[in-house]
Amino acid sequence: MNKVSLPDFNQTIPIDQIGVEERVARLNSRSIKKESKVQGLKLALSMIDLTTLEGKDSEGKVIQLCSKAKKPYAPMPDLPTVAAVCVYPNMVSTAKKALNGSNINVASVATAFPSGMAKLQVKLDDTKFAVEQGADEVDMVISRGEFLKGNFSFVFDEIAAVKEACGDAHLKVILETGELETYENVRKASDIAMHAGADFIKTSTGKVSPAATQPVTLVMLEAIRDFYRETGKMIGMKPAGGIRKAKQALQYLVLVKETLGADWLTPDYFRFGASSLANDLLMQIVKQETGVYQSSNYFSND
Amino acid sequence: MSDRLEVLKTYKTYVGGKFPRSESNRIYRIENPGGKHIANACRCTRKDVRDAVVVARSAFDGWSGRSAYNRGQILYRIAEMLEGRKDQFVNELELLGAKKKNAQKEIEISIDRLIYYAGWTDKISQVFGTVNPVASSHFNFSMPEPTGVVGIIGPDESPLLSIVSLVAPVIACGNSCIILASTENPLSAVSFGEVLHASDVPAGVVNILTGNRDEMVNHLTTHMDVNAIFNAINDSETKKQLDENASISVKRVKHYSQSDWSEEKHENPYLILDFMETKTTWHPVGA
Repeated sequence: MNKVSLPDFNQTIPIDQIGVEERVARLNSRSIKKESKVQGLKLALSMIDLTTLEGKDSEGKVIQLCSKAKKPYAPMPDLPTVAAVCVYPNMVSTAKKALNGSNINVASVATAFPSGMAKLQVKLDDTKFAVEQGADEVDMVISRGEFLKGNFSFVFDEIAAVKEACGDAHLKVILETGELETYENVRKASDIAMHAGADFIKTSTGKVSPAATQPVTLVMLEAIRDFYRETGKMIGMKPAGGIRKAKQALQYLVLVKETLGADWLTPDYFRFGASSLANDLLMQIVKQETGVYQSSNYFSND
Repeated sequence: MSDRLEVLKTYKTYVGGKFPRSESNRIYRIENPGGKHIANACRCTRKDVRDAVVVARSAFDGWSGRSAYNRGQILYRIAEMLEGRKDQFVNELELLGAKKKNAQKEIEISIDRLIYYAGWTDKISQVFGTVNPVASSHFNFSMPEPTGVVGIIGPDESPLLSIVSLVAPVIACGNSCIILASTENPLSAVSFGEVLHASDVPAGVVNILTGNRDEMVNHLTTHMDVNAIFNAINDSETKKQLDENASISVKRVKHYSQSDWSEEKHENPYLILDFMETKTTWHPVGA
């Protein structure tokens, strides 16, 4: 990593918008059926960051979410668990306690999520608090306003500082692509985040529309691929927000496989930030097992 | 002009307040009894059934939450719109080989039947709800509530009247429904969808699919998100299969095959009650 010189972020890497969208459309037409579909659904389930990020969150809600994370569907105990539970910093200790004894990580958003409009010191304190409470992973937001102003070194330094504050915790950097306007900006923000020390790059907070889209994800995956070729370092990817259906999840997995290869198809390098996706995956898995279309009435809400 | 090639209409399905084609893009030929090709209809698949159930489920809360009075107005409105498009339906039934007089009669009964059920929407809970005498200090009452999403399996006879007779009691009390129209005679059912579309019926409350019924019926009747089945097919094999399928999620099943859909007995509040659940409330009162 040290050998690699930082790229000049004032240069823009051109992105072929039509090309990206057509490639996504073509990969989406791929049909995944039967055995491979079941495998894909289970893989997707194991990659979920089960998320609750609402102002009305309470300890009870988080505990309930954690039990869903540990046992997604009681009648099928052999199903994989989700990868992590994602909460606000003040819920981390509750989640940590509820997940005790499982392999499920606790992820916490930090740095004045979701807007990121706060002083650096506040953001660092927020991050440290989350890590002290026991968060294994920290999801930070970048300062989109500074980024759009062209103040790239500000964004870079901020990410690097938060990375340092994280210590051993994994750092996911949320680009909030819905506010970055162009694919070129998404690409640039991805490069900045990866060079500044991100372990994961993540599309969105889920609070801004549009949230994760497949073309944006493809642009970010290509940034990860190029970064890997340059540095040999594998960076993870997390699309978040708006992924509700099992079919979409499978399409994302195809994108990852075709762009980065099978090495990235593990919860260590690919995650879904979602809450309702888990139930749709479960319903599709049960549909594949029983041959009968399912009803959400028979699956717990959280 | 005799060498002009006639344009045959392709009847589309009615799902979620729109008129989509089948996801399979397949169609099949509709012929009159003389074997003449008169139109095309969509050949729906299990995926169309799946999508229709999702739509019907999401429409249920809104429709059952409307005031009974408003549902009555809307049913009455369907009747009004049908009255206005009588000629179209007469022509369509004639095209399928019906006598003009019979066709007219079928449509008139359909209209009257809708008005009959429009009247029942705000009376059903008065008539079938009860206040129950109990020995403790509780105010105890039972009210019928709509069961949810109902799958309707239409017969081949009286293509318009039978569909009206099956749909009206189901939606009168606030259910939403998915209709599998007759394979041979789907045209009037689809045209009825056009009437519903122009009658303030919220999108997704009534969904109409056409095609090979045998390809869809199992997927509809096993679907865990369907609460009841209203079957008008008189075939013991089919009925047995339906019963078995319905048992998976303990659906209500009403077998209702008829030889004459014009009889007055089809105007009957108990047909509404067949698709309702009774909810009993114990409300404490001061001793």
